[in-house]
Amino acid sequence: MSRERDLALRRRYWVERLMLALVALGTLLAFLVLFLVLAYALFQGAGALNLDFFLKDMRPPGEAGGGLRQAIVGTLLVDGLGLLLALPFGLAAGILLAEYPDHPLNPYLRLLSDTLNGMPAILFGLLAFILVVKPMGGFSGLSGAFALGFLMIPILARSTEGVLSLVPKEVREAGLALGLPRWRVILSLVLPTARAGLITGILLAFARAAGEAAPLLFTAFGSPLLELNPLKPMDTLPLRLFAFAISPYEDWHQKAWAAGLVLFGFITLTSLLARWASRRRF
Amino acid sequence: MKRLYTHFGDRVFALVLLLLALGVVALALLMAYELYRGGSLALGRFGLLGFALGREWDPALEKAFGAWPYILGTLIVSLSALSLSFFPALAAAIFAAEYAPRWLAQILNFLLDLMAAVPSVVYGLWGIFVLAPWLRDKLQLPLYLWAAEHAPGLLPLLGVPTGYGLMTAILILASMIVPYTAALARDAIALVPREHREAAYALGATRWEVMRLAILPLARGGILAGAFLALARAVGETLAVTMVIGNSHKLPYTLFGGAATMPSVIANEFTEAVEDLHLSALIAVGFLLFLVSMAVNFTAAYVLRRQERLVKGVL
Amino acid sequence: MVKEALDVHMESRRLVVRYGTRLGVGVGGGVSLPLYRRRITALIGPSGCGKTTFLRALNRMHDLTPSARVEGEVLLDGENIYAPGVDPVLVRRRVGMVFQKPTAFPTLSIYDNVAAGLKLVGIRDRKRLDEAVERALKAAALWEEVKDRLRAPASGLSGGQQQRLTIARALAVEPEVLLMDEPTASLDPISTQAIEDLLLTLKEQVTLVIVTHNMQQAARVSDYTAFFLNGEMVEFGPTETLFTKPQDPRTEAYITGRFG
Repeated sequence: MSRERDLALRRRYWVERLMLALVALGTLLAFLVLFLVLAYALFQGAGALNLDFFLKDMRPPGEAGGGLRQAIVGTLLVDGLGLLLALPFGLAAGILLAEYPDHPLNPYLRLLSDTLNGMPAILFGLLAFILVVKPMGGFSGLSGAFALGFLMIPILARSTEGVLSLVPKEVREAGLALGLPRWRVILSLVLPTARAGLITGILLAFARAAGEAAPLLFTAFGSPLLELNPLKPMDTLPLRLFAFAISPYEDWHQKAWAAGLVLFGFITLTSLLARWASRRRF
Repeated sequence: MKRLYTHFGDRVFALVLLLLALGVVALALLMAYELYRGGSLALGRFGLLGFALGREWDPALEKAFGAWPYILGTLIVSLSALSLSFFPALAAAIFAAEYAPRWLAQILNFLLDLMAAVPSVVYGLWGIFVLAPWLRDKLQLPLYLWAAEHAPGLLPLLGVPTGYGLMTAILILASMIVPYTAALARDAIALVPREHREAAYALGATRWEVMRLAILPLARGGILAGAFLALARAVGETLAVTMVIGNSHKLPYTLFGGAATMPSVIANEFTEAVEDLHLSALIAVGFLLFLVSMAVNFTAAYVLRRQERLVKGVL
Repeated sequence: MVKEALDVHMESRRLVVRYGTRLGVGVGGGVSLPLYRRRITALIGPSGCGKTTFLRALNRMHDLTPSARVEGEVLLDGENIYAPGVDPVLVRRRVGMVFQKPTAFPTLSIYDNVAAGLKLVGIRDRKRLDEAVERALKAAALWEEVKDRLRAPASGLSGGQQQRLTIARALAVEPEVLLMDEPTASLDPISTQAIEDLLLTLKEQVTLVIVTHNMQQAARVSDYTAFFLNGEMVEFGPTETLFTKPQDPRTEAYITGRFG
């Protein structure tokens, strides 16, 4: 090896080591905040996570104790209602995209769906305000459901299309070869085959919407009371977290951390479930 | 295509499907329409350009509504957050795709999913109680005091060090958008065909040189698309930013001092707005946000499609 | 028959390659094979027989596969390239490789593609690069076709031209040995012919080892042939001998087309 080559080689290895260090450092930076948030949520909020948290409603400011039952129930109701509203449209769009690939609407459908997916969540809240709150004359869990439903439609459309396109074409061909009409093939063969993936997609959409506060600020609005009537304002966990965070009360701050922990736990669970479910092969 | 659906059930099914799917189209159109209509009172009063470039936002006295502070705030916060997050995100993608052993890569990928799924309010909570005070005490206040003594000319640029302002918002936002760039970059890197890697290795290249020579040039498009996607998210982020940005309407913005973005002003003022003009102005801000978001999303989609075609050509 | 005084450039000694628990190549005590200097050695056999696995062991490409284990030795001018402390990067400078799919770096120009390997070593001098690029392109029989558009993107070349470009790129760093993994498999007959002619002139400068599933190609081009079957190197000898008077019945069966 000539001396020139020797020096060049050493320099290349030096660059190699430098790059590795930079990449490792960058990676650490990238994940740093996630770990910090989780750590603080655990330290600050774990103390407030007791049975009361899930079973009792909120107490007036200054009074200790109580829980966030009204927010948890509200989250499930508003999100669940929103999901019901979104399902027919989101699923249909996904089925159309996956099962009728030559349909002329598809390119536009896909483009609009992708665009809606990237829309700021608060805009869905504005739309729901204009369409539901204004005519109704007041805030309601229903309008919040609409806002979340709007949010979930494009998410469902994209995940449904993704899952259905993974179903092998042999499944469809087998059904058609048996003489089944197209709609039977889709409903009775393709959809059941993709059931796990579809449910995962629905779960992920639900989890994503459950964490949203912006679209609910002026639709569901929030409430200190347990409310089961969707025509009245309702509380959700993210809304309550926000309200508590900007309040001056220590006890409420701690509850906010606890709420954050609950949300964190929920999304971790759904993410893990989604990973596990997507490991299944057809 | 018509010949295929001769069966009656098929026709009905396809029709129902079409009508429901059109709901997606309707949603997008409805959003554009209603936002424009809701904002038309304000837009009509000030003109689109006058509204967008107006610097005065005063619902109480002047009744003047100019959205420029919020547009500027959105631009500064989003672009800064993107710049800050880009290299760590790219590093994480490179690490997960090339350097990390399989088991570690899977964990990292899961963590990326998690990062994207953590609700905005939770980041905001951490921002209020941890990041903002820390920045104020460890960085802003010392810097401010130092500048007061040694470089008073810098003070107007720095602003009042409360901890709630542009700097904190940018830092929090940067952390939140990392997974979007990282995930797409990682996918783009993983998609580079094996032969290109091997050809570079066979030439006697080191690991980093293979990255530089064969992988990154081919993954360029996907990485760029990831950056645009992250930008789109950054533009629309509401709660976390609202919680730490200090909410000032006054230009000019300073580094430490308060600011506001389009989503944050809507979040802050919407429930308090009693007058029609105020409400309409806020909806008009929403309309502008819609336009900006569309533009960024379209660009992201375009870049991603071009990248897909490039990779297919190579494959 | 006159025995030539042959110079062994590379040789493998009891080489075995495993992927986890699966044996890639080396059944029957490992592969021991000489590769003679400035000769063309062909490795033939049906799909999955281990010939490519063996080839990739010659320039330590298995280092890139985490589950791969290499046992035995590969000697380059008498020195084991798998000895501890040997840098694979240096090995790959002396032993180059060309793959089945043309892998011109699409974002680089023709010139930059050929110069890629040289630039890695740190050669920046314009004149030296120009000379080396020209030399390599001439050796790869591509110079005449591209000399006027060296700065054009490499992606504009046809498949056959791109493959010759990758050969030029591999040659630019002046390797002693060039390994080729089914170099003409993705090419049309005319390009294939051009590359086969190229190989015959190349062997005057470089020792060549080529994996091919095309027996006729091996017969046309190579001086020595090794036949692999199910992970075992069954027979090795001068090409003419192997094809006309194969020693092993399995070789004969393959040659006469009874399988493969």
